[in-house]
Amino acid sequence: MNEIYAWAAIGLIILASTTGDVLLSYSMKRVGDVGELWKRRGVLAVVGRVLATPTFALGLMAMGIAFYSLLFGLSWGNLSLVVPASASLTFVANAVAARLFLHERVGRRRWIAALLVAGGVVLMAV
Amino acid sequence: MTFRKYLVLAGITVFSTAGDSLLARGMKDLGSVSLHNFSGLLLSILNPFVATGILLLLAFFSCYMSALSWADLTYVLPATSLGYVLVALIAHFSFHEEISPTRWLGIALIAAGVGFVAVGPSVTPGRQHQDSRDVGRDTVSQEVNS
Repeated sequence: MNEIYAWAAIGLIILASTTGDVLLSYSMKRVGDVGELWKRRGVLAVVGRVLATPTFALGLMAMGIAFYSLLFGLSWGNLSLVVPASASLTFVANAVAARLFLHERVGRRRWIAALLVAGGVVLMAV
Repeated sequence: MTFRKYLVLAGITVFSTAGDSLLARGMKDLGSVSLHNFSGLLLSILNPFVATGILLLLAFFSCYMSALSWADLTYVLPATSLGYVLVALIAHFSFHEEISPTRWLGIALIAAGVGFVAVGPSVTPGRQHQDSRDVGRDTVSQEVNS
């Protein structure tokens, strides 16, 4: 039974952190190149514009949910299952989500990279 | 991609790794914190390791957001995984910890993945990017007009 809860938590972590990453990436693309903005208008303009983007707050909330799901998952499953499983599957989920929702050009190169990194993260944790 | 942008990506790796390590080190000093002594959790900020760790994680978040403002999510994400490699290498060369063959293989896979992405284009040309440039131009012209 604990295993089901652990995998439920892993699913929740993947869902929440992918949602968070996509929302944050979307927000920052709306804000535009932060370096340029900083040079032209100063750091306060950057902070103000980021905070004024509504999807940024939503992204932070999703990241918060992901963090608490991780704590929840760690209370049900082993550290050596929950952390690598959620971290590596998040890389793959992000590649799918970035293509679907952010319309990023995820070519063969980036697919291979996502799978290599996901595999690598699992091996590092074994 | 300019040299400054590569520095920001390196910042993501270094700050997240150092921040996490310092947090872990600080929490070890404090012992286990449960929800029952919630004040302990709040007071943990007073520990110098925890405080520095939080500052470094804020630096990480700034670098991450900055990178996402000019590069694709699928370009930036692999850089975040280089931290695992960094920790393992520091443990091996500074503290002479043994690294198992499986972990070396993991290091190789992550490094290969990052390399694969890094030599490719950093941002998808098209709608999203165009949008952001338009938004930038609009705000500037508004400022000038007002």
